[in-house]
Amino acid sequence: MNHAAYSALETTLAAPVITQGPPDIDYGLLSPMLVIFAAGVLGVLAEAFVPRARRRVTQLVLALGAVLLAFVLTVSLVGALPADGAGIVVAFATVAVDRPTLFLQGTILVLALASLLLIAEHGQEESSFAAQAAAVPGSEEEREHVLAGSQHTEVYPLVLFALLGMLLFPAANDFLTMFIALEVMSLPLYLLCGLARRRRLFSQEAAVKYFLLGAFSSAFFLFGIALVYGYAGSVNFADVAEAVAGGGAGVIANGEPLLLAGIALAGVGLLFKVGAVPFHNWKPDVYQGAPTPITALMASCTLVAAFGALLRVFYVPFGGSVWEWRPMMWVVAILTMVAAAVIAVTQRDIKRLLAYSSVVHAGFILTAVIAASPEGLAGAMFYLAAYGFTTVGAFAVVTLVRSREGGGEAGDLTQWAGLGRTSPVLAGALGLFLLAFAGIPLTSGFIGKFAVFEAAVAAGATPLVVIGVLSSAVTAFFYVRIIVLMFFAEPAEEGPRVLRPGGPTGVVIAVGVAATVFLGVYPGPVLDTMLPQPAEAEVAGEAPTDMFAR
Amino acid sequence: MELYAPIFVLGGIGAGFVVLSMVVGAIAGPKRYNRAKLQAYECGIDPTPQPVGGGRFTIKYYLTAMLFIVFDIEVIFLVPWAIHLDALGMFGLVAMLLFLVNVSIAYAYEWRRGGLEWG
Repeated sequence: MNHAAYSALETTLAAPVITQGPPDIDYGLLSPMLVIFAAGVLGVLAEAFVPRARRRVTQLVLALGAVLLAFVLTVSLVGALPADGAGIVVAFATVAVDRPTLFLQGTILVLALASLLLIAEHGQEESSFAAQAAAVPGSEEEREHVLAGSQHTEVYPLVLFALLGMLLFPAANDFLTMFIALEVMSLPLYLLCGLARRRRLFSQEAAVKYFLLGAFSSAFFLFGIALVYGYAGSVNFADVAEAVAGGGAGVIANGEPLLLAGIALAGVGLLFKVGAVPFHNWKPDVYQGAPTPITALMASCTLVAAFGALLRVFYVPFGGSVWEWRPMMWVVAILTMVAAAVIAVTQRDIKRLLAYSSVVHAGFILTAVIAASPEGLAGAMFYLAAYGFTTVGAFAVVTLVRSREGGGEAGDLTQWAGLGRTSPVLAGALGLFLLAFAGIPLTSGFIGKFAVFEAAVAAGATPLVVIGVLSSAVTAFFYVRIIVLMFFAEPAEEGPRVLRPGGPTGVVIAVGVAATVFLGVYPGPVLDTMLPQPAEAEVAGEAPTDMFAR
Repeated sequence: MELYAPIFVLGGIGAGFVVLSMVVGAIAGPKRYNRAKLQAYECGIDPTPQPVGGGRFTIKYYLTAMLFIVFDIEVIFLVPWAIHLDALGMFGLVAMLLFLVNVSIAYAYEWRRGGLEWG
């Protein structure tokens, strides 16, 4: 680098970071995240000082109370936003509080509440978590802990810390905050994946795989951030958007390749978290190996948070170069919808199948990202909420169907044959969730697919939508195959043992069914709150960067 | 290029110091072996002989690792704050105190879980 370029960089770097006097931070707007963080910290203190026998109750009350309070605060913040639909930036413009942020945060909190209920389920069987995760699987020490009834109540603070990351991830307004949110979200999840009570080596393998691949993807994301910083001279989304719109009036002359490489690398990091092909390889293994309540948390909350961040990054800072990233997204979306649907057909394990189904759904939501319009944003957000409720309900059903020997979950689909005759209500609920995944009318899945495909067609991505419809036809085949297996096949000789849904799991399944039907029959109120009003749509249509101001 | 000169000079001095002290130690130092010199340095487990099936560290060392991270991270953030104490003012002081409270909570967990019992 020559001297002139260096001094140019120096002037950018030397911009005053510290202002005179105490900075003005509106803590009220950050309150949902602060509540969750405080509850996580209190949870660690409870681990240290509350007697062992009372820890579980303490943690449960703390976690559920905090999530509920955070949800109430999130809803109350909607009224605090300016009436014209604009957003507010908080804390040195590192966090953006706007309508999409609050919608996604509210969705994440409700889904987290459902996942917490599954984590807490302790009724007729032991919990889903290892008695002592540090003990070697199969060792004498492990047996001692199982007999003594040890349990890791650290699960609750870990979930709260992960939740903090998930709330911050879609709200981040600069790349560094987003990266920190990504890590805060991911690190507890890596750990939680390895805590399964049964098939522990399998669970630990899943955790190591997730950790290694996740660390790589974080590195890609960070490298992308560095290149974008080199191009724009700032990590703030508004500044990057300005530099991109100005055609590279940034730090370095002719910096276009820096920007393109930066978009690609940051995109890899985000697409990994979303689980799009070819960055999906972790998903089946991790979803299968992790304790099922944690799988439910990852399949719903993490996906919502990751897509929220993806939408913000590609709509706000990279919104000006939509023509550059769109072809790349086309390729990823087509690969995701086609490859994952084809591989899913061959799956024999229910959790792996739901994992591949999650990959296919990520492909459908990507078509809305490609639309790069307010309708695309609204469609993607509706899809995420609808899919989140359905998938939490589906994994709740999975936790109840146990194999005869060992008491672990009956993953193998052959064991599910004839379930509709032995326990019709449970099979009926799962059948409804599968129909929603397939996108049958009168379920939330249909409205979600309709919303994202409509946005994609409006943006001129008709071929993509044709592929999407064909792909959903393929996925409908294997969803319907499970329904046929459950209701029309003879029950297996050694059929599974079906647990009666205890209080928490029953509530989760009921909420999943209710949300799937309600959003399918009467989606109007939810969809309308997200779509821009006609007067605003003109403004938003002109400048893609204003979409999040809605 | 001249901007990087101090870095190269510093690197050169560092490498020179290592080479010099090793060479001087090898030439001038007395060599009297005893049992203590062959043990693991200050802490840790004996690397040999390895147990059957691989000789892994037990995962319970996480408490030790946590202790390291608690104090390591604390110092890393304390130093730049201390240097710019004047500019950061009361806001910086409160922020740093909040940070220290949070770090001490990890320390309290560590202490209650027996991470400080070295017996």
